[in-house]
Amino acid sequence: MSLPSEILIKMYRAMLRIRRFEEQIWEVYTGGLMHGLAHLYIGEEAVAVGVCAALRDDDFITSTHRGHGHCVAKGGNLEAMMAEVMGRVTGHCRGKGGSMHIADMSVGILGANGIVGGGFGIATGAALSAQKRGTDQVAVCFFGDGASNQGIFFEVMNFAAIWKLPVIYVCENNHYGEYTPTGNVTAGKSIADRSLPFGIPSTTVDGSDAIAVYEATAEAVERARKGDGATLIECDTYRYRGHHVGDPGEGYRTKEEIESWMAKDPIQLLRTKILDDNIASGAELDAEEREVEKEMENALEAAKAAPYPDVEEVNQHVYA
Amino acid sequence: MSMREMTYGEAVKEAIAEEMRRDPTVFLMGEDVGKAGTVFKVLLGLHDEFGDDRVIDTPIAEAGLVGLGVGAALTGSRPIVDIMFGDFVTLAMDQIVNQAAKLRYMSGGQATVPITIRSTMGAGRSSAAQHSQSLHAWLAHIPGLKVAIPSTPADAKGLFKTAVRDDNPVVIYEDKMMYALKGMVPTEEDYTIPFGQAHIKREGDDVTLIATSSMIHVALDAADALAEQGISAEVVDPRTLVPLDSKTLIESVVKTTRAVIIDEGYKSFGITGEIASTVYNGAFDYIDAPIVRLGAMDVPVPFSKPLEDATIPTAEDVIKAVQDMKIIHR
Repeated sequence: MSLPSEILIKMYRAMLRIRRFEEQIWEVYTGGLMHGLAHLYIGEEAVAVGVCAALRDDDFITSTHRGHGHCVAKGGNLEAMMAEVMGRVTGHCRGKGGSMHIADMSVGILGANGIVGGGFGIATGAALSAQKRGTDQVAVCFFGDGASNQGIFFEVMNFAAIWKLPVIYVCENNHYGEYTPTGNVTAGKSIADRSLPFGIPSTTVDGSDAIAVYEATAEAVERARKGDGATLIECDTYRYRGHHVGDPGEGYRTKEEIESWMAKDPIQLLRTKILDDNIASGAELDAEEREVEKEMENALEAAKAAPYPDVEEVNQHVYA
Repeated sequence: MSMREMTYGEAVKEAIAEEMRRDPTVFLMGEDVGKAGTVFKVLLGLHDEFGDDRVIDTPIAEAGLVGLGVGAALTGSRPIVDIMFGDFVTLAMDQIVNQAAKLRYMSGGQATVPITIRSTMGAGRSSAAQHSQSLHAWLAHIPGLKVAIPSTPADAKGLFKTAVRDDNPVVIYEDKMMYALKGMVPTEEDYTIPFGQAHIKREGDDVTLIATSSMIHVALDAADALAEQGISAEVVDPRTLVPLDSKTLIESVVKTTRAVIIDEGYKSFGITGEIASTVYNGAFDYIDAPIVRLGAMDVPVPFSKPLEDATIPTAEDVIKAVQDMKIIHR
């Protein structure tokens, strides 16, 4: 299948936006403008972008503690995201959620989640709701290899299978649950295998290849919209940085391993593809990059200029 | 107001049926809620009326069940999720405490989570330590949740309908020992009871008995016996723990100057302690005797009947507590 060029350009741009956003977070964090935890997505961009490019605005996603990439890809606003991680009132969540809880209901981002596996129930329930309300919306649950060992993963796959729910479980297997190699704590040959006993089809894709992720997702979306139920997609991927900003990411991972993944960088892969297929010129892609750079500068400046929430807001939004 | 006699269980069923007829986004799911009408049989007939689509049997998987409810509530549905025993709510605590209760706040007010979780409480059925607990205090502790705890058929119906219409996650606890309890219930379709309104079940002057759920009936029995001894007891039911109608509780104790608080949750770190503190703070200058707290004994609920009975507050316990206050009428 050859994808329309506008989708390739869109994905390229989205990956750049994520990469640049995360690099900016690193600077903001180490510059003392941000507190708390920041789990960077650098290296995994093709997963969020490939998946979300195959979704509609009114489809749903649930995200993880490493969620900035998903939110950018699904249509979160860079300025509101930057403001949120900096705790400003102009943030998506008025500064109440921070990096691990960014949500934008207007574009179907049902929230990043600080609980490992926290999105399983919500995404599967959103799919149930779509089915009950008679829409053809689908829900995507992003989760990590670590979350694949949570019991609720198996509970929701059972629900999704018996009711043929329009949900897509997207596992980002970055090979480490925090600091622990996935293989040390995860039984079986693959995480993709785990849905098979439930009769849920699964596939494993190269998570550095946005096109492969897009194609796998598009197939799963089609199945879900037709009423044929859930899919599990395991994406083989890697985070270049540590578990969070405070973790250099070394010691438990070898230099060779990190370099081998960086050698097949998802953004470079797609750029090469676009250039090889004469879809756009290097100059055009560089222009995209400059635009993203400018957009990010504006987002950062706006966030920095935005006020913190009024302390009076502290007990607002507890109840509807 | 026109009234009809029905059981507590029938009142719950009628509330659910009316809300499902009124609002097509409401559906019910849980273990054995379908043709079986729950293990307590109180929802028999709902499945006949609404079918598989809206009265849905689920796997025995409480975390997933509540999790799906949360996701559905977040995206335009109003699910009622049935957890057959309150003890099993513990299996879904992440979904309730970390997800349902916090999504609105964490999203800065974007999310609404109109889920109703119904569950049971109460010992007395020789069901031992894992089918008898009253753990409502756990959830009343969590900001973002509302907790209703009706004591009569009328309250069950009115509070349940309010729960379904509320845009927040509501946990409603039914004492399974009360399902056959009869009472008069208003027949009007839109009979709802606002949350945060305590109800004075019996007026009195000498002592206030603040009681929840089935303990209301323990308190009313005690009030009858005390009346024969010349002591006038007022019986007050908070009806919802969150929000709590502190004002009515405090005003009653300001009037009577004494209070006994009765709740079937464990006594330590629970509802009775919270309410006692609230009343002390609000009525301190008027209080003539130390407030007495009666709760479930701090032991796992035992199986053997004589042991089990010893763990639950009784009317005799209430009467003795009031007698020990040595009320003298001047």
